[in-house]
Amino acid sequence: MATDRGQGGAGEVRQPQAERAAGHGGPQAPAQPLDAMGQATLALLQRSLGPYVVESGGSFDQPVVQVRPKDIVEVCRICKEREALDFNLLHCLSVVDYEEHLQVVYHLYSLRLKHKAVLKVDVPSDDPTVPTVTPIWRGADWYEREGHDLFGVVFEGHPNLAPLLLYEGFEGYPGRKSFPFHDYQEW
Amino acid sequence: MTTEKQQETVELLLNMGPQHPATHGVFRMVLWIDGERVVDVEPHIGYLHRGSEKLCEGESYAQIVTLFDRLDYIANFNNELVVCRAAEKLMGVEVPERAQYIRVILCELNRIASHLLFYGTYGLDAGAMTPVLYAFRERERIQNLFEAVSGARMMHNFFRIGGVNEDVPPDFGQRVRRIMGELRRGMEECDRLLSFNEIFLSRTRGIGAIDAETAIDYGLTGPNLRACGVPYDVRKDDPYEVYDRLEFDVPVAEHGDCWDRYWLRVQEMYQSLHIVEQCLEQMPEGPVMAQLRRIARPPKGEVFVHCENPRGDLGVYLVSDGGPKPYRVKVRPPSFCSLMPLKHLMRGCYVADCVVILGSIDIVLGEVDR
Amino acid sequence: MIGREVALAAAGLVALFVGLSVVVLSLVWLERKFLGRLQGRIGPMRVGPFGLLQPVADAVKLILKEDVVPAWADKGLFWIAPILMFVPSFMVWVTIPFSRDLVIRNLDMGLFYFIAVSVVSVVGLVMAGWSSASKYAILGGLRSAAQLVSYEIPVIMAVLGVVMLAGSMNLLTVVDKQASVPYILVQPLGLAVFLIAGVAEVGRTPFDIYPAESEIVGGPFVEYSGAHWAIFFLAEYINTFVVALLVTLLFLGGWQWPHLPGVWAPVVVLVKTYLVVMVIFWFRATFPRLRIDQLMAFGWQVLIPLSFVNIVLTGIQLYYRWPSWSLSLMSLGIILAMAYWQYRTQTAPAQALARSYSQRAYSQRRGA
Repeated sequence: MATDRGQGGAGEVRQPQAERAAGHGGPQAPAQPLDAMGQATLALLQRSLGPYVVESGGSFDQPVVQVRPKDIVEVCRICKEREALDFNLLHCLSVVDYEEHLQVVYHLYSLRLKHKAVLKVDVPSDDPTVPTVTPIWRGADWYEREGHDLFGVVFEGHPNLAPLLLYEGFEGYPGRKSFPFHDYQEW
Repeated sequence: MTTEKQQETVELLLNMGPQHPATHGVFRMVLWIDGERVVDVEPHIGYLHRGSEKLCEGESYAQIVTLFDRLDYIANFNNELVVCRAAEKLMGVEVPERAQYIRVILCELNRIASHLLFYGTYGLDAGAMTPVLYAFRERERIQNLFEAVSGARMMHNFFRIGGVNEDVPPDFGQRVRRIMGELRRGMEECDRLLSFNEIFLSRTRGIGAIDAETAIDYGLTGPNLRACGVPYDVRKDDPYEVYDRLEFDVPVAEHGDCWDRYWLRVQEMYQSLHIVEQCLEQMPEGPVMAQLRRIARPPKGEVFVHCENPRGDLGVYLVSDGGPKPYRVKVRPPSFCSLMPLKHLMRGCYVADCVVILGSIDIVLGEVDR
Repeated sequence: MIGREVALAAAGLVALFVGLSVVVLSLVWLERKFLGRLQGRIGPMRVGPFGLLQPVADAVKLILKEDVVPAWADKGLFWIAPILMFVPSFMVWVTIPFSRDLVIRNLDMGLFYFIAVSVVSVVGLVMAGWSSASKYAILGGLRSAAQLVSYEIPVIMAVLGVVMLAGSMNLLTVVDKQASVPYILVQPLGLAVFLIAGVAEVGRTPFDIYPAESEIVGGPFVEYSGAHWAIFFLAEYINTFVVALLVTLLFLGGWQWPHLPGVWAPVVVLVKTYLVVMVIFWFRATFPRLRIDQLMAFGWQVLIPLSFVNIVLTGIQLYYRWPSWSLSLMSLGIILAMAYWQYRTQTAPAQALARSYSQRAYSQRRGA
């Protein structure tokens, strides 16, 4: 997926793993381009979000729109409230660690129009801060707590960023690639 | 904390779980109660957090299927399906038709098994002892079939990227047909025992109601959302495998209370039987595995695939960097979302209702905590 | 003379204790077997033939188990509570006859004595709940207090109905009066009220609110283990048996059975009682549990009025000297009316709802 900066970055950094696995490739089809519905939604998103869009693209049935962290609340509000978009279900909120930056990914779905969208926000690894979207979808609550738990992303304005999956006082962010997974000794 | 009353009463903090017979695993909720009334509830999860998503990053694509088995350990096939589909979609693999039918049959049977377990444990939550035994008797038939097909009663690890591990045994169709008659009878018996029992009705109707808008806001899916009257089912709205060739109804209720959620699941079992029947008729002969290299290496890219799990919309966000191991796997667990509105559902109910409400949203902690 | 009487009483008590132990063991076995059969399984099979020794093994296990007392418990109360629950359920037997002669002490106020003594067991439950230093136990203790006190009233009122018919509080007289027609035929409403309230009194399903296992994990008994728990267990089963026995004596004609010599009296009583016990077990296999507010509402709004209606109807029948079948008809009419009302308010709406849901099932296909 050419449009996604994150992917490119990740490939470079994770060179050792890629090398190790070289030569075992299966018959790979290239990543699929957007299907018709996805393209229509993408056009709609570009029109509605206009100035907020940093980059856009997508694959399969999922148009991807990259926005700046500070705009995310406004973008989500538009996505949810604009009649033509009507993304009323926050399908998933994930954090992906691309090592030089973290990416918060919002998967949206419209129960009425049955279309999907993906919003992406890049945040620096050393100061990952994104405004919370809990006022827009209450369902973002635990996803954001999880993101904070495992990746250390601070969702500003979240009502309660207490640890969710980990226990109180857990050191470090085990979701990140840099977490010393094999050195970690608890027992 | 005190409430303003004539006598100064004090709210009692009651810790329910993680060891409690009705919390369905290791779920803990802290209840603030005023007499028998629940004033507030604070759910705590994470007691079963095994870091499955992180573990996936260190396993090859074929190996992560086993990890997905252990997410929702009651609906293993459904979980395997979603991760296999994610990898297949990324690789552009066409799964042979026979494999697709086998997958759908197993998934639907697994849905019945899962709902039967729900039925039984829900009876227990409401204080009825017999439903669980009836349900397990029926579930056992399905588990035996699964054992014949995959060699395991749980954690089957049967679905592969590109198909299924091996073809079903030669007497599979015959066996499925036989157990389907038994299942239908057994399910009707279960239905008669509990569904319209007066005490059960009075315990569940109007309890833990949630309206459609709030439910969507919290990200509820599956039976929990359909109980509120929202007709959303991935099998219909975003068909995968061969679901678009099958005739079936998706039951939809209206009030979103405990009884509606219960009733929906019971009805879904009948629909699943219907689906399995059609699959058996339509299932073609042929290979069950696509021609693939031994080690799957999806191209660089990302995909989000979702399927209708017995508990709702199970999604997988798979990021690949082109290597043999996924770069990032994120699961969208339906039970996780179902637990979020717990405060909303439980505030103001009785202590006894807490158990009934928690049972009705049908969570599996393996999936919530991952 | 006095020495002889004391010795006799002592012998009777020992016999009673042994008999009761056997009864409880048999009840445990019967419950497990009967429930098993109802639930499509076979129940215990391993210990002894047909699992007959299973309750013995259970009892041995319970007695050998460590008796844990929570560190924060009020130890004195914690120790006394099971005894306080056990003693009344034991004392009740003093006045209960198994035949015209087989009774430890026949009292003219036998029924009064029974009611007065059986109320005491609630104190044991509340004490157990309070002294365990557990919130679940406290909840259970409070629930048991509310439940037992409320359901005592319909029990008393239903018994009063029988007393009016028999004209005596002596259990022997009550049974003798049923020589021709057992009161179940005369006063089915009284029986229904008594049985329901009796089941609630002993806290069995669907009224197992205070031990509610899936909610408060055993309620007052949650912190008890080993022998202490066994005593609670014993008391509970004895109480269940007492309720069934009273149903037999008050409504099923006690030892009366046509064309059977008097030697068989205890057997007749036992057979009838075990049948009633099995009905109570059957409830357990069928019903979910009520909620505490529903339990109270049912007690105060349904059972107590019904028990008064029962008394009023009995009074009317006795005053106007109507034939006894008129009372049966009136009672039956009320029972049927209640059942219909229950159906109309609970089952029928739910069934209608289910039908309407079935019609709006979502079967549209995307793109098709």
